[in-house]
Amino acid sequence: MNLVILTTIELAAVTTLLLLLLGTPLAWWLARSRSGWKEIVGALTALPLVLPPTVIGFYVLIALGPQSPLMALLHPFGIRTLAFTFSGLVIGSLFYSLPFAVQPLRTAFEAIGSRPLEIAATMGAGPVDRFFHVAVPLARRGFLSAAILVFAHTIGEFGVVLMIGGAIPGKTEVLSTRIYQLVESLQFAEAHAIAGGMVVFAFVALLSLLLVERRIAGVRP
Amino acid sequence: MKHFALHHVALFLAAIFTLPAVPARAGETQVAVAANFTEPAKEIAAAFQRATGHKAVLSFGASGAFYTQISHGAPFEVFLSADAERPLKAEQDGLAVSRSRFTYAIGRIVLYSVTPGLVDAKGAVLRRGGFDKIAIADPATAPYGVAAVQTLQKLGVYPAVSPRIVKGSSIAQAYQFVATGAADMGFVALSQLVNVSGGSRWVVPKALHAPIEQQAILLKTGATNRAARAFLAFLKSRQAIAIIQRYGYETHR
Repeated sequence: MNLVILTTIELAAVTTLLLLLLGTPLAWWLARSRSGWKEIVGALTALPLVLPPTVIGFYVLIALGPQSPLMALLHPFGIRTLAFTFSGLVIGSLFYSLPFAVQPLRTAFEAIGSRPLEIAATMGAGPVDRFFHVAVPLARRGFLSAAILVFAHTIGEFGVVLMIGGAIPGKTEVLSTRIYQLVESLQFAEAHAIAGGMVVFAFVALLSLLLVERRIAGVRP
Repeated sequence: MKHFALHHVALFLAAIFTLPAVPARAGETQVAVAANFTEPAKEIAAAFQRATGHKAVLSFGASGAFYTQISHGAPFEVFLSADAERPLKAEQDGLAVSRSRFTYAIGRIVLYSVTPGLVDAKGAVLRRGGFDKIAIADPATAPYGVAAVQTLQKLGVYPAVSPRIVKGSSIAQAYQFVATGAADMGFVALSQLVNVSGGSRWVVPKALHAPIEQQAILLKTGATNRAARAFLAFLKSRQAIAIIQRYGYETHR
């Protein structure tokens, strides 16, 4: 059981970290760009919100399988397939939770507007400097929201893991798939216990999200 | 006066629509079917309607989920499970009509790979190795998974093979793992391979595992429904048995 909890938390943590790194430039581009592609890319990043997770999972399974051209690129490194590996779960989760990172960040970047950045530019700040010392502090609420949402969403991830995990203890077995297995095998008491714990966790996560938003909103002039 | 005429028209129309039906009063029954029996169940329901005029409305899903729904008042009248355990439990929990339970199909497992020549006709590949991942259905939830584990144990290769096992939540998923090539090979149901050619396979001898019995039962909700009883009776008919066997299952008769 502890292994399952550990795998779940590890998956959520790694996914959160990577999505903040990958989602930030994407959200920045979506917020600031005037390109015609912008809304098309925006819609693409929101797709995982409406696709059934098992569909995402199935495509990821095919993409990570040994016959996939993507995996052919990794053959020189001795990797034949990433299905049924922790790395595979991370890749699946990146897709699955992408909108939960990009949306809050994009909103936060858009809310800054161009004035603070223009002012910083007139004071001689370069683009990198402007981003890290003006945009990031002003968008900190977006970063926190994105982190909490991605983490909580990945903790509850089910369909994708079910499709590409293979339930290997200590590697690819997570809480949601364990609950499913327990319910399927009619072990309701154990299923209730885990589900109850996850409900409490989700509630605390979302409550802290609201409190964070209020506090940050409160200290703003 | 108007009502009277309408009433006649309605009766006349009803008579026209029920003409093809054999008995005068055709009924309907709600049937919960284990996902692995989807195709044969559709064919049996069509034959059942032709033979009796009754309509079987089928829902497909996981047996465990169905059991949970049934115990919470789902409107199913007949339950075609993927195992013997859940119908038995339904009977013990007073959700079903006693002595209505019977085995309608017996599953066979096959060690299958999309790679030609990987699986030999004796299953010696399990001893030899030379594969990375082997898929099975989760033995905690699927009888097909239990049979796969029993087979590996009987062959004495379970300790060696177990680190390479990946578990699908159902036999359908185990098949998906193998069909996409994500797993090199896996234990799937013979019924899944009925229309599949190519690859390499070994049909596991019956002696290597306990029989995979799929049982049906009449639920309390359907106790007084003639169509529900007729459907279960039809499931034992020669016509239904021929369909079931054509789909890669065995039967007791």
